[in-house]
Amino acid sequence: MESTLDILVKAIFSENMIFAYFLGMCSYLAVSKTVKTAVGLGAAVIFVLTVTVPVNYLLENYLLKPGALEWLGAEYADLDLSFLSFIMFIAVVASIVQLVEMLVEKFAPALYGALGIFLPLIAVNCSILGGALFMQERQYSTILDATAFAFGSGIGWFIAIVAIAAIREKIRYSHVPAPLRGLGITFIITGLMGMAFMSFMGIKYGKEEQKEVKTTVTSSIQTGQVTNNNTGK
Amino acid sequence: MSEVVKTKAPSEPLFSKKNRKLITDPLTDNNPVTIQVLGICSALAITVQVMQGVVMGLSVIFVTIMGNLVISMLRNMIPSKIRIIVQLVVVAALVIIVDQVLAAFLPDLSAKLSVFVGLIITNCIIMGRLEAFAMANKPWPSVMDGLGNGLGYAGLLVLVAFFRELFGSGSLFGYPVLGSPIPTEDSPLGTGLFALGYANNNMMVLPPMALIIVGVIIWVQRARNKELQETH
Repeated sequence: MESTLDILVKAIFSENMIFAYFLGMCSYLAVSKTVKTAVGLGAAVIFVLTVTVPVNYLLENYLLKPGALEWLGAEYADLDLSFLSFIMFIAVVASIVQLVEMLVEKFAPALYGALGIFLPLIAVNCSILGGALFMQERQYSTILDATAFAFGSGIGWFIAIVAIAAIREKIRYSHVPAPLRGLGITFIITGLMGMAFMSFMGIKYGKEEQKEVKTTVTSSIQTGQVTNNNTGK
Repeated sequence: MSEVVKTKAPSEPLFSKKNRKLITDPLTDNNPVTIQVLGICSALAITVQVMQGVVMGLSVIFVTIMGNLVISMLRNMIPSKIRIIVQLVVVAALVIIVDQVLAAFLPDLSAKLSVFVGLIITNCIIMGRLEAFAMANKPWPSVMDGLGNGLGYAGLLVLVAFFRELFGSGSLFGYPVLGSPIPTEDSPLGTGLFALGYANNNMMVLPPMALIIVGVIIWVQRARNKELQETH
């Protein structure tokens, strides 16, 4: 069994939302021109993820999962509403984002002015829905684990966007080939940062060796190790 | 579909120059991924194999077309304050259809795509086109726009997947085109190119290379078309 701390560290580093799964790339690329706005958006993502994932966790476990409705009575025990999960998750995310937007507008007008149109974008930021969907796929055993995962993912996203924003601020003074300027070089730098972050995959989590094997299998979809195994590597 | 167009715009043929432009533009000079910077989120993680890229591309084409069509037909009825929610619900319903169809008919692939099918909902291409085009245009041009942007996205996906699968696993659509790295009795290195000492580039199947390949595609595209270059 993974400890809560394992889940947190793993979500920040070795399964970083940006570098391992490319989630939330759109706002990552659009809002990373200056560190200041990047910090604002990163903080908003941490907050929204930490709020929405536990809510969706409750939804998943008491409403959507096969047999989740058992608390209503025995006759509901074999209902499976999981096909509704996309629509439920996105509705929760959209309404919580709306709420955050109103709060920020009221209590931090300066931040609201800086983030401008990007706050509504959080609703369609893949990392938020991605957090909910990964939570569903990985079936965390307690709400604390799910929250730790969400918080860690948010921090990972925050680190990524602030780092790239800092690099982009500096790269303005570098001589980048004209066709690569802006978007192209940002992609390539993100790729290089991703390679650096891959070194975190060597971290050993938990106590047993067996678990280590299991993690590799689950993350192999993304890293493509399955493909390698298939071709007999 | 065609009836609606005929009654609303009798003077304009279905595939007028303007409508054709809606399809062809996103394929090259206004590509949703490389130029508009939309929809990268789910684009890169699933490009390890061409087959995944094709299926993902088709799913997105379906959702962009249908989403554009539905929103365009509803555009005069949606109050602007809640339009994001309405759009999300329409898209989510369409994605549920895609997800269920994939799970029923292509269960292996569906398992490999895992959460990325669900993430089509938050694919910025879809929301971006709904916001920018379908809310302001008639159904038929919206369908064209959806088709064009879906194709532009799918095209890029397949292009990236092509390079990643070819150089990363030496295969295309799962078929080993460069020979097999499995040692046989005759040649200890494998067959085909592998017998000559060729080796797969394992870096290609790892996530960061997808970003670098897209970066290089952008580089090539902008080197050919100077108008697209950014000052910084």
